[in-house]
Amino acid sequence: MTGSIAAIGAGLAVLGVGLGIGRIGGSAMEGIARQPEASGKIQTAMLISAAFIEGAGLFGIVVSFLK
Amino acid sequence: MIKIKTLGFIVFAFLVSAGSAWASAHAEAEYASGPAAEQSKFDPTEMIMHHIKDAHSWHLMDWNGHAVSIDLPVILWTDHGLVSFSSAEFHHDNSGKVVVDRNGMSFVNHHEKIHFAGEEHHGTLIDLSITKNVVSLFVVAILLLLLFVSTARHYKKVGSNKAPTGMAGFVEPLVLFVRDEIARVYIGPKHVDRFTPYLLTLFFFIWLNNLLGLVPFFPGGANVTGNIAVTLVLAVITFILTNVNGTKDYWAHVFWMPGVPVALRPLLAVVEFIGLFTKPFSLMIRLFANISAGHIIILSLVSLVFILETVWVSPASILLSLFISSLELLVAALQAFVFTTLSALYIGTALEDHSHDHGHEAAH
Repeated sequence: MTGSIAAIGAGLAVLGVGLGIGRIGGSAMEGIARQPEASGKIQTAMLISAAFIEGAGLFGIVVSFLK
Repeated sequence: MIKIKTLGFIVFAFLVSAGSAWASAHAEAEYASGPAAEQSKFDPTEMIMHHIKDAHSWHLMDWNGHAVSIDLPVILWTDHGLVSFSSAEFHHDNSGKVVVDRNGMSFVNHHEKIHFAGEEHHGTLIDLSITKNVVSLFVVAILLLLLFVSTARHYKKVGSNKAPTGMAGFVEPLVLFVRDEIARVYIGPKHVDRFTPYLLTLFFFIWLNNLLGLVPFFPGGANVTGNIAVTLVLAVITFILTNVNGTKDYWAHVFWMPGVPVALRPLLAVVEFIGLFTKPFSLMIRLFANISAGHIIILSLVSLVFILETVWVSPASILLSLFISSLELLVAALQAFVFTTLSALYIGTALEDHSHDHGHEAAH
């Protein structure tokens, strides 16, 4: 199996993003469980912060694609 | 209802006629091709990259070993003026072997980029071709116009006091969502009416392009929002709108942050200045990478059958690609929402009025 070291970089970027978005998702779940009436607002805030983290991860993945 | 059906029929008829007028089955002899053994070797990376990239002809399918495609015009701006010819003249070659001569210049198509053939020509070569992505943009523009013109007609006829019917019933909740949940929340009630049109355009344009990219046959399938040039333009528009509308207070927060020790302010100015550019840059990368990644995953799952060279893997391949395709339907809407929301957020922060004391500002 052939591959490049860039794939390892992409994998590492995904690792960080996974941890970050996992934490956001978990905290949002907790928040919604405590305050179900605020679920709409929590979801929006969750999506936005997830988008920011994802953006950082995607930087890493795109850089690993560039040769 | 009848009107909507008529419109739908017109779109369909237009697409079909455009397709059959341009689609031409090329019964030419295969151009310089390698031995048969070399051709049967399947390269998933090449196939996926071919589908992800923009192209000068729209490949529809292979029929009896011949490519059936719509040949799109190649338009080039050179030192000797405008040059245009049909991409059919390249005979589906993208390895730079087939040379097309025009106006004393010769061109080759190398991986869907038009170059001068040979080494002798060096000059400007600006590719203004109507490529696959451009056609897809036209299709989306026509669809959006049909959608919104018919909605506007409905309100003109029925008025906004009655419950909307037909197309307007579909559009109204989405428009209200963008206005009330995105624009009003992040831009604020004072400026909401100025920026709602832009945000609505962004939302529907990105969403429809994402959805059309997921359609696997003719009018769909182009990777428009997964093209970094398209997302670059969208991000640059947001960047310009943000900074043109920036208040004095916004620029003060960028270059001379109030509420922090003076010694820190130059450092923060550098960070904030870089931040001006990383915000639209991340908008650009996020949309591009999400949509491209979705296409790559679906195509990889489809090509599992060809990589493993067995038909028994097809149930897994079909189920997995069905699952990812449904996920991509969600991502299509989510990325449109995220792009719109973040644009609203950036514009909103630039417009924000910090007339209250800055001691409070430093607290958050």
